[in-house]
Amino acid sequence: MARAQVLVTLKPSLLDSAGRTVADSLHRLGHAGVQEVRIGRLIEIEMDTFDEAAVRAMCEQLLANPVIERYEIREVV
Amino acid sequence: MRVAVIRFPGANCDQDALHALRDDLEIAAEYVWHGDSNLAGFDGVFVPGGFSFGDYLRCGAIASRSPIMAEVIRLAKLGRPVIGACNGFQILCESGLLPGALMRNLAQKFICHDVHLQPGTTRGRWLQSVNGVTVRFPIAHGEGRYVIDGDDLKAIQDGDQIAFRYADAHGNVHESANPNGSADNIAGVINPDGNVLGLMPHPERAMRPSFGYGDGALLLRGFLHG
Repeated sequence: MARAQVLVTLKPSLLDSAGRTVADSLHRLGHAGVQEVRIGRLIEIEMDTFDEAAVRAMCEQLLANPVIERYEIREVV
Repeated sequence: MRVAVIRFPGANCDQDALHALRDDLEIAAEYVWHGDSNLAGFDGVFVPGGFSFGDYLRCGAIASRSPIMAEVIRLAKLGRPVIGACNGFQILCESGLLPGALMRNLAQKFICHDVHLQPGTTRGRWLQSVNGVTVRFPIAHGEGRYVIDGDDLKAIQDGDQIAFRYADAHGNVHESANPNGSADNIAGVINPDGNVLGLMPHPERAMRPSFGYGDGALLLRGFLHG
Protein backbone atom coordinates (compact mmCIF):
# COMPACT_ATOMS: atom_id res chain seq x y z
CA MET A 1 0.00 0.00 0.00
CA ALA A 2 1.16 3.53 -0.77
CA ARG A 3 0.28 6.87 0.68
CA ALA A 4 -0.09 10.18 -1.13
CA GLN A 5 -0.31 13.59 0.45
CA VAL A 6 -2.05 16.52 -1.17
CA LEU A 7 -1.32 19.97 0.24
CA VAL A 8 -4.03 22.45 -0.72
CA THR A 9 -3.29 26.13 -0.16
CA LEU A 10 -5.07 29.36 -1.00
CA LYS A 11 -3.78 31.32 -3.95
CA PRO A 12 -1.37 34.02 -2.67
CA SER A 13 -3.55 36.77 -4.17
CA LEU A 14 -6.48 35.89 -1.89
CA LEU A 15 -7.04 37.20 1.60
CA ASP A 16 -7.05 34.33 4.14
CA SER A 17 -9.40 35.72 6.78
CA ALA A 18 -8.95 32.70 9.08
CA GLY A 19 -5.16 32.99 8.79
CA ARG A 20 -5.37 36.67 9.66
CA THR A 21 -7.36 35.87 12.80
CA VAL A 22 -4.76 33.28 13.83
CA ALA A 23 -1.97 35.81 13.21
CA ASP A 24 -3.76 38.31 15.46
CA SER A 25 -3.98 35.67 18.19
CA LEU A 26 -0.30 34.79 17.85
CA HIS A 27 0.55 38.48 18.24
CA ARG A 28 -1.50 38.61 21.44
CA LEU A 29 0.50 35.62 22.72
CA GLY A 30 3.65 37.66 22.26
CA HIS A 31 4.91 36.31 18.92
CA ALA A 32 5.68 39.77 17.62
CA GLY A 33 7.74 38.50 14.68
CA VAL A 34 4.75 36.85 12.97
CA GLN A 35 4.03 38.70 9.74
CA GLU A 36 1.39 36.53 8.08
CA VAL A 37 -0.38 33.20 8.64
CA ARG A 38 -2.02 31.24 5.85
CA ILE A 39 -4.01 28.09 6.49
CA GLY A 40 -4.17 25.19 4.07
CA ARG A 41 -5.40 21.63 4.12
CA LEU A 42 -3.44 18.38 4.13
CA ILE A 43 -5.23 15.41 2.57
CA GLU A 44 -3.75 11.92 2.95
CA ILE A 45 -4.82 9.24 0.51
CA GLU A 46 -4.04 5.56 0.98
CA MET A 47 -3.98 3.77 -2.37
CA ASP A 48 -2.87 0.48 -3.86
CA THR A 49 0.16 2.05 -5.55
CA PHE A 50 1.26 5.67 -5.76
CA ASP A 51 -0.05 7.11 -9.02
CA GLU A 52 0.63 10.82 -9.36
CA ALA A 53 -1.53 11.19 -12.47
CA ALA A 54 -4.47 9.65 -10.64
CA VAL A 55 -3.99 11.95 -7.63
CA ARG A 56 -3.73 14.92 -9.98
CA ALA A 57 -7.07 13.91 -11.50
CA MET A 58 -8.56 13.71 -7.98
CA CYS A 59 -7.32 17.25 -7.30
CA GLU A 60 -8.79 18.59 -10.54
CA GLN A 61 -12.11 16.80 -10.05
CA LEU A 62 -12.75 17.43 -6.37
CA LEU A 63 -9.94 18.02 -3.90
CA ALA A 64 -8.98 21.57 -4.95
CA ASN A 65 -10.94 24.45 -6.41
CA PRO A 66 -8.77 26.07 -9.10
CA VAL A 67 -10.62 29.37 -8.68
CA ILE A 68 -9.15 29.90 -5.22
CA GLU A 69 -6.61 27.15 -4.49
CA ARG A 70 -3.32 25.56 -5.52
CA TYR A 71 -2.19 22.07 -4.69
CA GLU A 72 0.99 20.03 -4.36
CA ILE A 73 1.23 16.26 -4.48
CA ARG A 74 3.84 14.09 -2.80
CA GLU A 75 4.34 10.46 -2.02
CA VAL A 76 4.90 9.49 1.61
CA VAL A 77 7.71 6.95 1.78
CA MET B 1 -43.37 25.29 -15.25
CA ARG B 2 -42.40 22.36 -13.04
CA VAL B 3 -39.47 23.01 -10.71
CA ALA B 4 -37.14 20.47 -9.08
CA VAL B 5 -36.01 21.36 -5.55
CA ILE B 6 -32.82 19.36 -5.09
CA ARG B 7 -32.35 17.67 -1.71
CA PHE B 8 -28.88 17.06 -0.34
CA PRO B 9 -28.00 15.55 3.03
CA GLY B 10 -27.45 18.52 5.34
CA ALA B 11 -29.58 20.97 3.36
CA ASN B 12 -32.10 22.85 5.50
CA CYS B 13 -33.81 25.31 3.15
CA ASP B 14 -35.40 22.72 0.87
CA GLN B 15 -38.80 22.92 2.57
CA ASP B 16 -38.78 26.74 2.52
CA ALA B 17 -38.00 26.63 -1.20
CA LEU B 18 -40.71 24.09 -1.98
CA HIS B 19 -43.39 25.97 -0.06
CA ALA B 20 -42.36 29.34 -1.45
CA LEU B 21 -42.89 27.99 -4.96
CA ARG B 22 -46.00 25.91 -4.30
CA ASP B 23 -47.90 27.92 -1.72
CA ASP B 24 -46.90 31.49 -2.49
CA LEU B 25 -46.39 31.40 -6.25
CA GLU B 26 -48.53 28.38 -7.22
CA ILE B 27 -45.65 26.90 -9.22
CA ALA B 28 -45.53 23.10 -9.38
CA ALA B 29 -42.48 22.00 -7.39
CA GLU B 30 -41.18 18.63 -6.25
CA TYR B 31 -38.21 17.34 -4.30
CA VAL B 32 -35.53 15.47 -6.22
CA TRP B 33 -32.86 13.48 -4.36
CA HIS B 34 -29.20 14.30 -5.06
CA GLY B 35 -28.50 10.67 -5.94
CA ASP B 36 -31.08 10.66 -8.75
CA SER B 37 -29.78 11.22 -12.24
CA ASN B 38 -32.84 12.27 -14.20
CA LEU B 39 -34.69 15.59 -14.40
CA ALA B 40 -36.94 14.58 -17.29
CA GLY B 41 -40.23 16.47 -17.03
CA PHE B 42 -38.76 19.38 -15.07
CA ASP B 43 -38.44 22.87 -16.54
CA GLY B 44 -36.43 24.56 -13.79
CA VAL B 45 -34.28 23.91 -10.71
CA PHE B 46 -34.00 25.40 -7.22
CA VAL B 47 -30.77 24.46 -5.43
CA PRO B 48 -31.55 25.26 -1.80
CA GLY B 49 -29.38 26.38 1.07
CA GLY B 50 -28.08 24.60 4.12
CA PHE B 51 -24.91 22.69 4.88
CA SER B 52 -24.83 19.99 2.22
CA PHE B 53 -22.52 17.11 3.18
CA GLY B 54 -21.58 19.00 6.33
CA ASP B 55 -19.66 21.62 4.31
CA TYR B 56 -16.83 19.04 4.24
CA LEU B 57 -13.82 19.85 2.05
CA ARG B 58 -15.30 23.17 0.80
CA CYS B 59 -18.86 24.49 0.98
CA GLY B 60 -20.83 22.96 -1.88
CA ALA B 61 -17.88 20.96 -3.24
CA ILE B 62 -19.25 17.47 -2.65
CA ALA B 63 -22.85 18.38 -3.54
CA SER B 64 -21.67 19.89 -6.83
CA ARG B 65 -20.31 16.45 -7.83
CA SER B 66 -23.59 14.64 -7.02
CA PRO B 67 -25.19 12.55 -9.79
CA ILE B 68 -28.12 14.98 -10.13
CA MET B 69 -25.81 17.91 -10.89
CA ALA B 70 -25.00 16.59 -14.38
CA GLU B 71 -28.72 16.95 -15.08
CA VAL B 72 -28.87 20.42 -13.52
CA ILE B 73 -25.98 21.45 -15.78
CA ARG B 74 -27.78 19.93 -18.79
CA LEU B 75 -30.95 21.97 -18.07
CA ALA B 76 -28.88 25.11 -17.46
CA LYS B 77 -27.20 24.73 -20.85
CA LEU B 78 -30.66 24.40 -22.44
CA GLY B 79 -31.46 27.87 -21.07
CA ARG B 80 -33.87 26.67 -18.39
CA PRO B 81 -34.14 28.65 -15.13
CA VAL B 82 -31.77 27.55 -12.36
CA ILE B 83 -31.42 29.37 -9.05
CA GLY B 84 -29.18 28.61 -6.08
CA ALA B 85 -29.48 30.44 -2.77
CA CYS B 86 -26.83 30.42 -0.03
CA ASN B 87 -25.32 26.92 -0.06
CA GLY B 88 -27.07 26.57 -3.43
CA PHE B 89 -24.97 29.49 -4.72
CA GLN B 90 -21.83 27.80 -3.40
CA ILE B 91 -22.86 24.58 -5.17
CA LEU B 92 -23.46 26.37 -8.49
CA CYS B 93 -20.03 28.05 -8.26
CA GLU B 94 -18.36 24.75 -7.42
CA SER B 95 -20.13 23.10 -10.36
CA GLY B 96 -18.65 25.65 -12.75
CA LEU B 97 -22.06 27.03 -13.80
CA LEU B 98 -21.23 30.36 -12.17
CA PRO B 99 -17.91 32.22 -11.87
CA GLY B 100 -16.04 32.85 -8.63
CA ALA B 101 -16.12 31.16 -5.23
CA LEU B 102 -17.43 31.79 -1.71
CA MET B 103 -15.02 31.98 1.21
CA ARG B 104 -15.16 32.56 4.94
CA ASN B 105 -16.68 35.93 5.90
CA LEU B 106 -14.09 38.64 6.40
CA ALA B 107 -14.94 38.98 10.10
CA GLN B 108 -14.93 35.16 10.62
CA LYS B 109 -18.43 35.30 12.10
CA PHE B 110 -21.62 33.60 11.03
CA ILE B 111 -23.94 36.48 10.15
CA CYS B 112 -27.72 36.38 10.27
CA HIS B 113 -29.65 39.57 9.54
CA ASP B 114 -31.49 41.44 6.79
CA VAL B 115 -29.69 43.01 3.84
CA HIS B 116 -30.79 45.31 1.06
CA LEU B 117 -29.74 44.38 -2.44
CA GLN B 118 -29.45 46.58 -5.49
CA PRO B 119 -29.82 44.73 -8.81
CA GLY B 120 -26.77 45.15 -11.01
CA THR B 121 -28.70 44.53 -14.20
CA THR B 122 -32.17 43.91 -15.64
CA ARG B 123 -30.81 41.25 -18.00
CA GLY B 124 -32.07 37.67 -17.93
CA ARG B 125 -35.34 36.30 -16.58
CA TRP B 126 -34.47 36.68 -12.89
CA LEU B 127 -33.43 40.31 -13.01
CA GLN B 128 -36.15 41.20 -15.53
CA SER B 129 -38.57 40.00 -12.91
CA VAL B 130 -36.99 42.20 -10.22
CA ASN B 131 -36.82 45.11 -12.68
CA GLY B 132 -34.32 47.29 -10.81
CA VAL B 133 -36.16 47.35 -7.48
CA THR B 134 -34.05 47.44 -4.28
CA VAL B 135 -35.07 44.31 -2.36
CA ARG B 136 -34.69 43.21 1.25
CA PHE B 137 -33.80 39.58 2.00
CA PRO B 138 -32.34 37.83 5.04
CA ILE B 139 -28.81 36.41 4.98
CA ALA B 140 -27.56 33.57 7.18
CA HIS B 141 -24.08 32.37 6.34
CA GLY B 142 -20.54 31.87 7.58
CA GLU B 143 -18.93 31.57 4.16
CA GLY B 144 -20.46 34.19 1.91
CA ARG B 145 -17.49 36.32 0.90
CA TYR B 146 -17.56 36.33 -2.89
CA VAL B 147 -14.07 36.12 -4.37
CA ILE B 148 -12.97 36.20 -7.99
CA ASP B 149 -9.65 36.96 -9.69
CA GLY B 150 -9.17 40.50 -10.95
CA ASP B 151 -9.42 39.61 -14.66
CA ASP B 152 -12.50 37.49 -14.07
CA LEU B 153 -14.08 40.24 -11.95
CA LYS B 154 -13.64 42.65 -14.85
CA ALA B 155 -15.12 40.04 -17.18
CA ILE B 156 -18.33 39.68 -15.14
CA GLN B 157 -18.57 43.45 -14.67
CA ASP B 158 -18.15 44.05 -18.42
CA GLY B 159 -20.38 41.08 -19.21
CA ASP B 160 -23.26 42.43 -17.11
CA GLN B 161 -23.29 39.32 -14.88
CA ILE B 162 -23.58 40.99 -11.47
CA ALA B 163 -27.09 40.19 -10.29
CA PHE B 164 -27.10 41.93 -6.91
CA ARG B 165 -24.84 44.09 -4.78
CA TYR B 166 -25.18 44.69 -1.04
CA ALA B 167 -26.58 48.19 -0.58
CA ASP B 168 -28.29 50.46 1.93
CA ALA B 169 -32.09 50.78 2.15
CA HIS B 170 -32.02 53.39 -0.62
CA GLY B 171 -30.11 51.12 -2.97
CA ASN B 172 -26.80 52.95 -2.64
CA VAL B 173 -23.88 50.53 -2.89
CA HIS B 174 -21.01 51.33 -0.54
CA GLU B 175 -18.49 49.45 1.55
CA SER B 176 -20.35 49.93 4.84
CA ALA B 177 -23.27 47.93 3.39
CA ASN B 178 -20.98 44.99 2.63
CA PRO B 179 -21.64 42.39 5.36
CA ASN B 180 -18.93 39.84 4.55
CA GLY B 181 -16.15 41.44 2.52
CA SER B 182 -17.39 40.31 -0.89
CA ALA B 183 -15.54 41.66 -3.93
CA ASP B 184 -17.35 44.70 -5.38
CA ASN B 185 -20.18 44.15 -2.79
CA ILE B 186 -21.35 41.21 -4.90
CA ALA B 187 -24.25 39.24 -3.36
CA GLY B 188 -25.21 37.30 -6.48
CA VAL B 189 -24.18 36.63 -10.07
CA ILE B 190 -25.75 35.24 -13.24
CA ASN B 191 -24.24 33.16 -16.03
CA PRO B 192 -23.63 34.84 -19.41
CA ASP B 193 -27.08 33.80 -20.70
CA GLY B 194 -28.81 35.05 -17.55
CA ASN B 195 -30.82 31.89 -16.88
CA VAL B 196 -28.65 30.69 -13.97
CA LEU B 197 -28.62 32.84 -10.82
CA GLY B 198 -26.76 32.30 -7.56
CA LEU B 199 -27.02 34.54 -4.50
CA MET B 200 -26.13 34.32 -0.82
CA PRO B 201 -29.37 35.91 0.55
CA HIS B 202 -32.56 33.88 0.93
CA PRO B 203 -35.47 34.93 -1.34
CA GLU B 204 -37.39 31.81 -0.27
CA ARG B 205 -37.50 33.21 3.29
CA ALA B 206 -38.93 36.53 2.08
CA MET B 207 -42.23 35.53 0.53
CA ARG B 208 -44.96 36.87 2.79
CA PRO B 209 -45.62 40.50 3.68
CA SER B 210 -47.46 39.25 6.78
CA PHE B 211 -44.11 37.82 7.96
CA GLY B 212 -42.37 41.11 7.23
CA TYR B 213 -40.92 40.32 3.81
CA GLY B 214 -42.42 40.16 0.34
CA ASP B 215 -39.56 40.79 -2.09
CA GLY B 216 -38.72 37.12 -2.55
CA ALA B 217 -41.77 36.75 -4.78
CA LEU B 218 -40.41 39.43 -7.13
CA LEU B 219 -37.33 37.31 -7.73
CA LEU B 220 -38.79 33.80 -7.73
CA ARG B 221 -41.45 34.84 -10.25
CA GLY B 222 -38.47 34.79 -12.57
CA PHE B 223 -39.27 31.10 -13.00
CA LEU B 224 -42.33 32.24 -14.97
CA HIS B 225 -40.58 34.95 -17.02
CA GLY B 226 -39.58 34.52 -20.66
